[in-house]
Amino acid sequence: MTATTADAPPPGLRLPRRRGTELLLLVGAVLISVYGYIDVGLARQNAVPGDTVSYGAGLGALALLGHLAVRFRAPYADPLLLPIAVLLNGLGLVLIFRLDLETPRNPAAPTQLVWSALGVGLFAAVVLLLRDHRVLQRYAYVSVAAGLALMIVPIFFPAVNGAKIWIRVAGFSFQPGEFAKILLTVFFAAYLAANRNALAHTGRRMWRYQFPTGRVLGPILTIWLISVGVLVLERDLGTSLLFFGVFVVLLYVATGRTGWIAMGLLLAAAGAAAVGSLEPHVHSRVSDWLHPFASIDAGRGAGQLAQSLFAFAAGGMLGTGLGEGHSSLIGFAMKSDFILATFGEELGLVGLTVLFLLYALLVARGYRAGLALRDPFGRLLAVGLASLLAIQVFVIAGGVMGLIPLTGMAMPFLAQGGSSVVTNWVIIALLIRISDSARRPVPAATEPGVIAADHPGGGRAGASAGPYGEEDTPYRYGYGVGGGKERDR
Amino acid sequence: MNRYIRRASVFGLVLLVALLLNAARVQVFKADAYDANPANRRTALTRYSQPRGNILVGGRPVTGSRDSGGRLRYERTYTEGPLYAAVTGYASQIYGTSLLEHAEDRVLSGTDPRLAPFPLWTDITREQQPGGEVRTTIDAAAQRAAFEGLGSKKGAVAAVEPRTGKILALVSTPSYDPNELAGTGRPVTTAWDRLNHGGEQPMLNRALKQTYPPGSTFKVVTAAAALDHRKVTDLDAKTGIPSPYTLPGTSTKLTNEAGGCANASLRHAFEMSCNTVFAGLGVDVGLDGMAGTAENFGFNDAGLKIPSTATRSNFDTDMNDAQLALSAIGQYDTTATPLQMAMVAAAVANDGGVRAPYLVDKVTDADGETVSATRQRTLHRAMERDTARRLQELMTGVVTRGTGGNAAIDGATVGGKTGTAQHGVHNEGTPYAWFISWAKRDGADDPAVAVAVVVEDAAADRADISGGGSAAPIARAVMQAALR
Repeated sequence: MTATTADAPPPGLRLPRRRGTELLLLVGAVLISVYGYIDVGLARQNAVPGDTVSYGAGLGALALLGHLAVRFRAPYADPLLLPIAVLLNGLGLVLIFRLDLETPRNPAAPTQLVWSALGVGLFAAVVLLLRDHRVLQRYAYVSVAAGLALMIVPIFFPAVNGAKIWIRVAGFSFQPGEFAKILLTVFFAAYLAANRNALAHTGRRMWRYQFPTGRVLGPILTIWLISVGVLVLERDLGTSLLFFGVFVVLLYVATGRTGWIAMGLLLAAAGAAAVGSLEPHVHSRVSDWLHPFASIDAGRGAGQLAQSLFAFAAGGMLGTGLGEGHSSLIGFAMKSDFILATFGEELGLVGLTVLFLLYALLVARGYRAGLALRDPFGRLLAVGLASLLAIQVFVIAGGVMGLIPLTGMAMPFLAQGGSSVVTNWVIIALLIRISDSARRPVPAATEPGVIAADHPGGGRAGASAGPYGEEDTPYRYGYGVGGGKERDR
Repeated sequence: MNRYIRRASVFGLVLLVALLLNAARVQVFKADAYDANPANRRTALTRYSQPRGNILVGGRPVTGSRDSGGRLRYERTYTEGPLYAAVTGYASQIYGTSLLEHAEDRVLSGTDPRLAPFPLWTDITREQQPGGEVRTTIDAAAQRAAFEGLGSKKGAVAAVEPRTGKILALVSTPSYDPNELAGTGRPVTTAWDRLNHGGEQPMLNRALKQTYPPGSTFKVVTAAAALDHRKVTDLDAKTGIPSPYTLPGTSTKLTNEAGGCANASLRHAFEMSCNTVFAGLGVDVGLDGMAGTAENFGFNDAGLKIPSTATRSNFDTDMNDAQLALSAIGQYDTTATPLQMAMVAAAVANDGGVRAPYLVDKVTDADGETVSATRQRTLHRAMERDTARRLQELMTGVVTRGTGGNAAIDGATVGGKTGTAQHGVHNEGTPYAWFISWAKRDGADDPAVAVAVVVEDAAADRADISGGGSAAPIARAVMQAALR
């Protein structure tokens, strides 16, 4: 890998910023959403919805706000991230608007639009105010404390639909666990960036296996206990699974040791088995997954998962067309956890494949930003945030389609839910910031040692294994960015 | 670290592939099973999201659709519900479908793949087809004549065209209005309860689904068996059967309502409906011969579909001679649907061939393009041609000289046979008056119509004349309508 360093493009090479591309894609994303909005209106009321212009203008304004923030403060950012997020958010609004037609007394689209605006506002704020993602590393322990606090608070609020993950104040409900995802990912990335060598190379060796010391193992076991604790106290299988998944992925990427994955999976299996047999809420989810038609056989009609499967099946290859399905049969949670069923029914396997590919593209771009960066914290943060999206999409989509047990989680950007959409916009903002660092051209003069100086985590790694370990060699192919050995600060 | 990031991204790819494969499994490979799950209400929602195709009589629809604006949106309407209820059945959002609405449901609701112009493509897009139309063989005038003839009486009429098997009339009374069962509201459930819990059984299709002891009308079958088996070769020769006739192996004496039955000829016995002669002939022919002839007429066939399934008419195949004697005059375990007895009359008129009765002439798509047409076919040969000719002679004799005078029509040859069947313990039930007949316009080559009428008639006494009195005029009206 060191050999490739020589092939890096000469320093100071002028790179395309691709902001024009981003703007064009944004226009496309807004137009597709507006088209979907009109399509729903035509299918259901034989008329273009009266507020099409204001809806389109609203979404367009949000897209423009995001674009301007990126253009001025992150000009080298990946041009795909923002348009995909806008498209997903727009499609989510279309679906919620469409499902509002089934529940005219309980519309959710206007609220969702407000939350989306808040999300984009926060996105702009993060892009404008956070000049360097490495700043976050300093706040690793603040992050974990805040994250845990956010997760524990709902325990003192009443359970909603069997899960204690909501805070309800003055008619507004907020899911603090959503935001805790980011905070904990920041902590994971920072902790692992600092301790990855200790995790990979120290510890007692027994026969062929190396066991880490208790000091290194302690925090990991703590994380495991937290995720199981969340599961038990809040009955939130999804969040627990998500934390654990992200943590195991980051542990592997940081240390490169498959033994950690095996241990993670073992711990996860032990936790799941214990909770699954003790906690009726989780137990029923598993038996629903194994026997989705049990309630039909018992003569009680189709349960939620069965209705969801029926909806997907009704969509078939090409779907029934927007507005022309019967996914309202799912009833409760059709706009949030089960919104994907409407997507599958009305846009079919083809539409669903496109949707999954959009998410995959978003995740892949996150991984690429991680590959192109050089500071371990940034890489782990990029990988962690991308994995957060990937695992969340997999867990919820797999759940509503009968692939894995159902866990109550929100489809990123698509589902109704303010905390979720705001959180996901912040994730996109962080990825934008990271990809901007990754693709930014490097002035020739600066020395690599600078990083070690203002970068405690990276510095510690550097102290033992030189400025970069072999594994730290920046990725050089994807963007054609290269980046040489230097950074701009 | 890059190596591990790449491996982690491969893990993401695995998740993506798992999702896509699972989506294909649910949306394509298991879709049909999920669609067909009875708990999946989509089928019902889709089915009622468009107007149902119509059922036509004489080229004019007897059904319609009403937009209820509800979830199960289009409700069925019937222009003359009670008149055609025995043909159409009902189509209800709550109670499903019956009779023709049931048998041709896939066409009417638009789910029949034959309705799609490009079936393979429609399979992929799952585009919904508009409902097709079902054109019946019913003759509106004959149907109305039968319905009005039965009036407030309890009974049934089945009429067929002997040469083709087309069902010209199918009526059951008391009838009901299937309009009451269309829709979702409380009135529908109330109507359902009322229709099911009175003693009248208005939703029972007596012409197709109910069997009755055929009484003396079954003597047509016995006569055919006797002639085919050469037990009688001359219609006017003495049969040598005494009156009263002692049932073989018992001391029970069978008597007659009419006189002159002792040692009567087949012609006289047929015209006066002598029980003794036919009981004796039945025993002479024997169990195998009688059962064989009855089955050739269509008895003991549980698979007759028109396309609704007709209830099996019964002639026992394991009996002693006393039981056989009673069975030969349409008593004991012998039972028949009115449709079966119409087929008996039609076989005689059609020179012995039993045509498969059918109710659906053809099925078309919404644009009137034929999707399928019913092929006419012969079920069996019931008797030899010569036997049929002689039976035609006997049956015309019943109308010109015998018990069936009420069925005579000017300008047409009419053959008939009366019957009365007692039922219930000690024959306490209201007796059934039967009349089966056929008619041929003078100078025409083919018989126009064969008809069976059964009336539950309180006024009937034990005499066979009751069949001629209360059932024959209805048959006459139906035949007249069909002859026009």
